[in-house]
Amino acid sequence: MSLIKYESPIREPLVDGHKTYHDVTEDICHTIEAKPTRLWYIGFGISVALLMFGVYSVYREVTYGIGQWNVNRTIGWGWDITNFVWWVGIGHAGTLISAILLLFRQGWRTGVNRAAEAMTIFAVMCAGQFPIFHMGRVWMAFFTLPYPNTRGPLWPNFNSPLMWDVFAISTYFTVSLLFWYSGLIPDLATVRDRAKTKLRKHLYGIASFGWTGSTKHWQRHESLSLVLAGLSTPLVLSVHTIVSFDFATSIVPGWHTTIFPPYFVAGAIFSGFAMVQTLMLILRKVMNLDQYITLGHIEAMNKVIVLTGSIVGCAYLTELFMAWYSMVPYEQEHFFKYRIAGPYGWSYWLMMTCNVISPQLFWFKKLRRNIAFTFIMSIVVNIGMWFERFVIIVTSVYRDYLPSSWSIYYRPSIWEIGFYMGTFGLFFTCFFLFAKYFPVIAIAEIKHVLKTTGETYKNDMEGLEKMSDEQFYELTHHDHHDSSVKVAQH
Amino acid sequence: MSVKKFVVGCFDDEKVLFPAVSKVRKAGYKIHDVYTPFPVHGLDHAMGLRETSLHTAGFIYGLTGTTTAVTFMSWVFTKDWPVNIGGKPHFALPAWIPITFELTVLMAAVGMVLTFCYICQLAPFIKKHHFHLRATDDLFVMVIECTDKTNEEDLKNFLAGAGAKEINVQVAETDWWIGRYDKEQQLYKQPSVA
Repeated sequence: MSLIKYESPIREPLVDGHKTYHDVTEDICHTIEAKPTRLWYIGFGISVALLMFGVYSVYREVTYGIGQWNVNRTIGWGWDITNFVWWVGIGHAGTLISAILLLFRQGWRTGVNRAAEAMTIFAVMCAGQFPIFHMGRVWMAFFTLPYPNTRGPLWPNFNSPLMWDVFAISTYFTVSLLFWYSGLIPDLATVRDRAKTKLRKHLYGIASFGWTGSTKHWQRHESLSLVLAGLSTPLVLSVHTIVSFDFATSIVPGWHTTIFPPYFVAGAIFSGFAMVQTLMLILRKVMNLDQYITLGHIEAMNKVIVLTGSIVGCAYLTELFMAWYSMVPYEQEHFFKYRIAGPYGWSYWLMMTCNVISPQLFWFKKLRRNIAFTFIMSIVVNIGMWFERFVIIVTSVYRDYLPSSWSIYYRPSIWEIGFYMGTFGLFFTCFFLFAKYFPVIAIAEIKHVLKTTGETYKNDMEGLEKMSDEQFYELTHHDHHDSSVKVAQH
Repeated sequence: MSVKKFVVGCFDDEKVLFPAVSKVRKAGYKIHDVYTPFPVHGLDHAMGLRETSLHTAGFIYGLTGTTTAVTFMSWVFTKDWPVNIGGKPHFALPAWIPITFELTVLMAAVGMVLTFCYICQLAPFIKKHHFHLRATDDLFVMVIECTDKTNEEDLKNFLAGAGAKEINVQVAETDWWIGRYDKEQQLYKQPSVA
């Protein structure tokens, strides 16, 4: 057919190989039904051990107070809030992939969205721990909720960015969870219906809410997914914007800038995609999913990484420029004496190297499609993004307007580090359980795109491509659905 | 709560399913439902289902969130307990935008998901009759309701002619009940044919 070329010269197939619908079910469900591998047990064991250490660190903090940490005046937000912002940032890629890429009709999201959304939820869970335990008296955490209380009622301050954060993070967690789980229901039903053991039938029966696959239900499900995607899109952007308000609304040199919201959002997507890469590369290797998470997927994500990394780089340079251009002596002192130089200068340059300079290597197609390089890069980016938050928090507050209140050099205590390690434990414990007991790839969504991409589609369309325009017209000027049958028969 | 008799035809290709749906409808049979492993676009229209209004419900939930947030915060800060925060106005609308937005999204999302579960009768511990276990794997299961006038054999032959790979007759409960999937259960002990 000369009018339309069906095989795209640009877009790669989303699913490799000749797959039937049943093959897709089989490929994705078999890890749920098989016994976990040794590697899984080892990984899970390490995660639980880390989690236990984290629990002990938090126990010490709750029992003896924040003094267990080395935070001081003026560095009250040391590692703790650094970790918070870092985890929230990571938690942005999942909803970005599932929501924004859904609205943009990016087909490649289907391979990675489920695991990325799971990652989002676990990352936000980890993030939430930090501000809660940073309160010191954690049993008072519910004071942040606006409920009629016996203290007046004294309401929380809705004008405070920290209060906005409470709403933003809890809304983000809830909506991501609902989005993720509503997508999971049909796939859990698939697992339920092919379950062999009684226990599995029972548990997946509960988890799949009695899903049948009715056409009407699918129609509503599609509408629900679309609207949730529409709601999540501004939500993703708002959450990290609000996190950036925690800093930007204060009058501290280095924090008080209007560029923070877009800069934080870009950074969040940047670090989130890096974490998705880390997890996906392990998943596809361990679970043999390389036909679903293809090199095309990896390359697409690397393109997002180089884009957002460059945006972040622009933001760093803009900050420096504005510090100079503003003619505010405190801003200038802060950026040029205490941030890019001074005792913490090394962290600034580490951040610059990891976030701005090294991702530029992804301009080379060869490197974008190199798995080992991508894996190393994903970890480098996450180290860089952790240091970005460290730089913003620590270097902005260790020297303020009054030299007499300048802080001594800040080093975290073992319990501060332990808390951070503990959230790694929590994150990977959850992720290991997810990878074992849940369909890690959206089965229904893959089936939905299966016949419009890949080898099967190409075979179907070969006849059409050879047809003359007249034949094609004759074939298609009838009812649309009847024509598709003829195409298949052709 | 009704037990009915159905003729079930299973298709293994949506390209065969679409013309079959229109044939069955033209022949005057009543399609109870078509169960598919993934959303087949256009199938709802082919079956003559109306568009869902779930998104309208979502919009209303969202508006509820917006008004709740704005009215609550203005009541708290102007009437119930006006606090002097740095001498700023009590009615600080710009500062409430973040929370208002978050509550809008939260209420819209939670409301929609709950409505979705309610109208589709989805909840933990709910059990329904499944006409074919492979409807969540690779089969498109068309379920046709039998009335007094329906000749089962004719209908079976008709479905075979339309391309169904597997055809059977089932007596089934159309509603949901509280049950477990590891046990064979029916809502009624002895189902009677309606």
